[in-house]
Amino acid sequence: MNAVASYNFAYLDEQTKRMIRRAILKAVAIPGYQVPFSSREMPMPYGWGTGGVQVTASIIGRNDVLKVIDQGADDTTNAVSIRAFFAKVAQVQTTTRTTEASIIQTRHRIPERKLEAGQILVYQVPIPEPLRFLEPRETETRKMHALEEYGLMHVKLYEDIARHGRIATTYAYPVKVEGRYVMDPSPTPKFDNPKMHRSEALQLFGAGREHRIYAVPPHTEVVSLDFEDHPFTIQHFEAPCALCGAEGVYLDEVILDDKGGHMYVCSDTDHCEERREAGHVGRQEAAE
Amino acid sequence: MSGEPLLRVENLTRYYGARLGCADVSFELWPGEVLAIVGESGSGKTTLLNTLSAALEPSAGKTLYRMRSGEWRNIYELSEAERRFLTRTDWGFVHQNPADGLRMTVSAGANVGERLMAVGDRNYGRIRATALDWLDRVEIAADRIDDQPRAFSGGMRQRLQIARNLVTGPRLVFMDEPTGGLDVSVQARLLDLLRQLVGELGLAAIVVTHDLAVARLLSHRMMVMKGGYVIEAGLTDRVLDDPREPYTQLLVSSILQV
Repeated sequence: MNAVASYNFAYLDEQTKRMIRRAILKAVAIPGYQVPFSSREMPMPYGWGTGGVQVTASIIGRNDVLKVIDQGADDTTNAVSIRAFFAKVAQVQTTTRTTEASIIQTRHRIPERKLEAGQILVYQVPIPEPLRFLEPRETETRKMHALEEYGLMHVKLYEDIARHGRIATTYAYPVKVEGRYVMDPSPTPKFDNPKMHRSEALQLFGAGREHRIYAVPPHTEVVSLDFEDHPFTIQHFEAPCALCGAEGVYLDEVILDDKGGHMYVCSDTDHCEERREAGHVGRQEAAE
Repeated sequence: MSGEPLLRVENLTRYYGARLGCADVSFELWPGEVLAIVGESGSGKTTLLNTLSAALEPSAGKTLYRMRSGEWRNIYELSEAERRFLTRTDWGFVHQNPADGLRMTVSAGANVGERLMAVGDRNYGRIRATALDWLDRVEIAADRIDDQPRAFSGGMRQRLQIARNLVTGPRLVFMDEPTGGLDVSVQARLLDLLRQLVGELGLAAIVVTHDLAVARLLSHRMMVMKGGYVIEAGLTDRVLDDPREPYTQLLVSSILQV
């Protein structure tokens, strides 16, 4: 493919990339701390991952292999467009294989396969501030982060238990990073929270509309908040994936007809395909 | 009352630009003592209270507080972290409008439990038990624990606000017109409750009110303010029964007799 003449490598100009890299370095140095950065207009609407795209554009090199997932899937509009975007403006190789990728940009999932040292996971973040809905004033939440006043976060969890009998927060579940900052892991299901803990991969979070970047460097402690008598738990699924029979993975419900028929399949499409190629068969697949 | 005061205020002055808020206020407050600040609207009562509770910086003077460690600290020289910790553990602030002091969108239980969670309690069962105990003490039925304060009447909200403030066992509580905006019978119940709690817990309190009856019922001592200055101070009964300043005499005589 030919380069687009009017654009710099990876779309952003070098000064912008430098500015974003400085923010990323600061974020890596202070795990979980939200670093403000001067977010740029991107050729896509807010909510489509403008933050993640800017982070990816700033760190991507010619030899990188990019994978983009949206809710775990490689083949949804968002994932396909962003992959095509970087293939066009940076001429990088793209992939759907988790193992082959050096950079994985994600919207709301962490791949099932354990990430390795050298890989970078870039999250698209809509609302970086975990305290936002508890305390609307940004001046106040910054102060609360600075002074480590996180009692309010537990007020939310308390409310959950009082109302539902258990902690009903299932996504964007707040975590404490390296014993200091409380962080919103972006709207990933809480199922993925344990994967962040001491991950070998570098995790970068970009919030374009909110002008914030934060990071979890490799091998960093990431602990989900909870109560002593109501410990953190992840979702469990009763049946394995209907296509590949995988257990202990995050499943999506797929509606099959208008008579209530449905099945549960891996949310991570690459993981599912890989297993099926290796000969694993789920209930649905076997029935056909 | 023990031998050493809890609070020592020296020449406290607060200007808003060139305009005077309150000037040259000095007094001492002992543990277990309730001090009322009375005066007409605009006399500097609330400015004084906000300055005392470190919500406002003074223009001059200082407020010394005896910490739990026994150490005397000027509250305006505390670091922000220390000051915020102090205000949510050792102090309480009861606002006139309960909505200012409560989180209206979380349940009563969480409102009471917030301070406990803020100081590191991470046991749901224990927090809830404490909340239930406090709701009971302020006469809110146990089955209202999961209701939001929005669903409460004005009097209940005010009692909830009091419970929320007292749960960490503060030694000093600031109250800004705690009974303002409540009807008379609810006022009376609230005053009863406050009097009982203050006595039980040995709280020191500074109560701002324009209502001399509230001052008479709650406080041991009172200060009368006018135009930003304290014009008369003394034992409540003495000031109300034998006011010396002409203004105080006017104030006392202006109470409607039924």
